[in-house]
Amino acid sequence: MKQPIVLTYLRAKKRFPHVWCPGCGHGVVMGSLIRAIDKLGLNKDEVAMVSGIGCSSRMTAYVDFNTLHTLHGRPIAFATGLKLGNPKLHVIVITGDGDATAIGGNHFIHAARRNIDITVILMNNAIYGMTGGQISPTTPHGGRGSTAKVGNPEHPFDIPKLAIAAGASFVASTTAYHVPAMDRLIMQAIQNKGFSLVEIYSQCPTYEGKWNKRGDAPQMLKYYKEHAVPITAKNKYSPEELKDKFFIGVFHNERKPEFVEEYEKVIETMQVQEKLKQLSKKEASDESQGKKQEETKTGKD
Amino acid sequence: MAEEVRFMQGNEACTEGAIAAGCRFYAGYPITPSTEIAEHMSDKLPRVGGKFIQMEDEIASIAAIIGASVAGVKSMTATSGPGFSLMQEGIGYACMTEIPVVIVDVMRGGPSTGLPTKASQGDVMQARWGTHGDHYLIALAPESVKETFYLTIKAFNLSEKYRVPVVLLMDETIGHMREKVVLPDYSTIHVENRLTPIVPPEWYKPYEITTDFITPMAPFGTGYRYNITGLTHDEMGFPTNNEYEIVRKMDKLRDKIERARHNIEDYETFYTDDANTLIIAYGSVARSAKEAVLNMRAHRRKVGLFRPITLWPFPEKALQELMKKVDRVFVAEMNQGQLIHEIQKIECYHKRIYGINRYDGEMITPNQIISKIREAR
Repeated sequence: MKQPIVLTYLRAKKRFPHVWCPGCGHGVVMGSLIRAIDKLGLNKDEVAMVSGIGCSSRMTAYVDFNTLHTLHGRPIAFATGLKLGNPKLHVIVITGDGDATAIGGNHFIHAARRNIDITVILMNNAIYGMTGGQISPTTPHGGRGSTAKVGNPEHPFDIPKLAIAAGASFVASTTAYHVPAMDRLIMQAIQNKGFSLVEIYSQCPTYEGKWNKRGDAPQMLKYYKEHAVPITAKNKYSPEELKDKFFIGVFHNERKPEFVEEYEKVIETMQVQEKLKQLSKKEASDESQGKKQEETKTGKD
Repeated sequence: MAEEVRFMQGNEACTEGAIAAGCRFYAGYPITPSTEIAEHMSDKLPRVGGKFIQMEDEIASIAAIIGASVAGVKSMTATSGPGFSLMQEGIGYACMTEIPVVIVDVMRGGPSTGLPTKASQGDVMQARWGTHGDHYLIALAPESVKETFYLTIKAFNLSEKYRVPVVLLMDETIGHMREKVVLPDYSTIHVENRLTPIVPPEWYKPYEITTDFITPMAPFGTGYRYNITGLTHDEMGFPTNNEYEIVRKMDKLRDKIERARHNIEDYETFYTDDANTLIIAYGSVARSAKEAVLNMRAHRRKVGLFRPITLWPFPEKALQELMKKVDRVFVAEMNQGQLIHEIQKIECYHKRIYGINRYDGEMITPNQIISKIREAR
């Protein structure tokens, strides 16, 4: 009999209960990620999961892969080194909106620019959950949090647009409600050779829901259901209908030279150069030695 | 490769040493006066099958080398004061997770942007106490281009052996100075590699507390699936809040270095057998100090030099023994007095300790040392 997926991929005996609040969307994402990896049939030993700091980033302790729980904002930089160190690994970065776009914004755009083969799963709950509900770079204008009690005076990031502009080769977005789509998008992202981003709107009833009076988890999921519009159906709606909606689906998918492969070419070129250099050196020394020998011979004569 | 005579910069000698020690990954960000290390690494590493990447900042650089080290590749970065400050959180992470990396800090004048092209030894305390929390690491200071080559190799060996970040504290003078170096045949160099587990994966404890506190490290992708975290963790690598586990982990980090002090500590003594006046200097200042010692010996003044090669852990015992015999101690350094505190701390014989300091970006000259010793009667 086939073992249940949970027992195969989770550190079920050691690491539970988890830290996530009741109603949190991150567990749904973890389930989806595991199903995607299972469907792709990846070897567990060849999957490396790197995360930063935050609620979402705690996921690495629960899954039975090579897991690296790093510093706040830096998982993509750690993942860059890990991928270059062992290109055989499937490197998946687990991160949140604050981790990836506030403190780690620089690493995020630069990894996208390099198009290094890393899959970033970004759980966007528009709030800092672990520290208790402060506003994040994706909190909407006017949205509330413990550091913006009368409404956020700042404007949020559009993460997919940011990633596309920075040069990511695969960019998709979905929500914790659209689970089958999430499975599919994560699979596509892992298969893509290059920098892939899947942004997942994940509800935080404990803080985001509370501060913005968005109700409990089912209500928040219902909001995702009613307000998410597939990007492919964009033209079916009038601009007025789209006013309070947001898009989900694959925003961007292009084939582009991948960084690690490009670097392998650099290594090849330079090694050929080095060989030629050594050959010419050897020839030169052979010649000079030959001359010397001749000289000594003539000297003797 | 046979023995080779080369005329080169300290920064280049550092890259030669790194490659001889088996370094195959470099991530860095350009910063004066360490940039030549990045330039040489970008040229040399691909030729030996290694990888070089220019990251977006120093924080990313330290993160990337830790990542590569987790994959089992010996890695290094190089920077100067401002970049070294940015790296501190990452250095703390490497201490906590016991991941071997080498960080080269070519010291320049500070604080802040300071004196990018001038020499200084202002990062001595930052190297030891830069990152937050109790932690133990190793720092080495070379005095010449030749020694830079050998200390870089030593930095990798110590890092791999003790699973700890090692800082190579060069100063701008050494980094940019050109000297003759005889590069040995690389196959004759002693190279240490980290221990890898010999137990099957299901028995492997990634942070097991062993008798010598050093745990074998499995690279990612070899079948040993485990968790690495910067949170205080137990022997299995999982976060813990258990007081007993926390103390055990913290003690492990301390004891693996403290109990191996006699193996790690390194120093040089110069005319100290009969000395009644002792100069203590490290890095490029030690060269001026040696000149000063020779000069004063010519005038029958009994002066000697103690040069710590490992600044951290500081060779306390050896120095204490020496200080018993001398009357006066002079500590020469290119800062307002940093290592002098360490010497005052271990001083228990009521000797007079004088600082010879210079922080205008220029080197301390032999004459400056001599006149200071003559002044202090």
